[in-house]
Amino acid sequence: MNSLIDYTLHLADNALILGQRNSEWCGHGPVLEQDIAITNISLDLIGQARNFYQYAATLIGDNATEDSLAYLRKEREFKNALLIEQPNVDWAQTILRQFFFSQYQYLIFDQLQHSKDKQLAAIAEKSLKEITYHLRWSSEWVIRLGDGTEESHRRMQKAIDELWRYTGELFEASNYELEAMKDGFGVAVSQLKDEWMNKVKEIFSEATLSIPEKTFMQTGGKEGKHTEHLGYILTELQYMQRAYPGCEW
Amino acid sequence: MIVHTINKEAIYSYLEEINDPEVPVLSIIDLGIVRDVKMNNEEIEVVITPTYTGCPAMDMITTTIKIQLATLGFKKIKVTQALSPAWTTEWMSEEGKRKLKEYGIAPPNPKQQVCDQILFAAAEAVQCPHCESYHTHRISEFGSTACKALYQCDDCKEPFDYFKCH
Repeated sequence: MNSLIDYTLHLADNALILGQRNSEWCGHGPVLEQDIAITNISLDLIGQARNFYQYAATLIGDNATEDSLAYLRKEREFKNALLIEQPNVDWAQTILRQFFFSQYQYLIFDQLQHSKDKQLAAIAEKSLKEITYHLRWSSEWVIRLGDGTEESHRRMQKAIDELWRYTGELFEASNYELEAMKDGFGVAVSQLKDEWMNKVKEIFSEATLSIPEKTFMQTGGKEGKHTEHLGYILTELQYMQRAYPGCEW
Repeated sequence: MIVHTINKEAIYSYLEEINDPEVPVLSIIDLGIVRDVKMNNEEIEVVITPTYTGCPAMDMITTTIKIQLATLGFKKIKVTQALSPAWTTEWMSEEGKRKLKEYGIAPPNPKQQVCDQILFAAAEAVQCPHCESYHTHRISEFGSTACKALYQCDDCKEPFDYFKCH
């Protein structure tokens, strides 16, 4: 039971934190259409997060709600991967982070829709349609920027050099992922690595971008050990509930 | 009103009066989001499914259903969300598509195209809801709500929303 709760929270936290990150672009996108695109993706991700939190809340019981899980847990209790919480920096890094994550999420949810756990399966099935959309959109942008102007190529390559170190963690199973796998409701992330890598290489080759050699992989996010960036996101995200406990919209 | 005299069909006709707050010309029946109605004397359960995962209208729709059914005398009203099978624009009624077009939103094409993984695919050919020309182009894949894309007609020059296939 505990592993099911942790596993569900991990999926929820990934979606919430990336949704929150992308939403920082609201009103600041490079052009209006892409401002709308990235915030639409935020909306999808926050929708996914709500589904997972609502499910986790029923598993936890004890008056837990989707709101208490999103707004009242501390940094160390969040189980999102480190990649998710990295700052937007510029359009290139935002696009790359979305591309890495969408490709990863696509592979996971494609299997999760057949999970033994009916609710996880249903959320995955529902979300997969939207993830396909996110993946196509972000893949196109990686190619457009990588194989674009000198500056867009330089920024894209810089983003890869910056974010690559956080990609290893995605495929390193945490304890709850191992248990989830053993109990038949979770996905074996380590087995997705090759396929993910092949897809990334395919897009990068079209985008004339390269993967950095010999990178030390940072891990810990899934177990609650985050980079300094998560604290700042949570401060903003949770401010209202911390300052005015129980306030309602 | 005596609730046990109301049959399922009557319930559907009451639900027909509830509109989607974001596309107010469509009822929740037109949209195809009501999946089931279960009745047992004074208890009733309505099963709905979201169009998009993050659709912010779902909470409001849930509340409206509860208010509407309470006026019929039901004591216990439950609105539950089912995610599987996932909603598709194929569930939108023909009547709904007609209303959309009349309202100025191009209805979804019959064949699902947006979920393809092919990169840089040509935009879907969409008919202008104003002058019926197919001579249109896509301005943006994403629009004012999760379910719409932005198009413009090259003949009458009017911009319009397209309710994406999903």
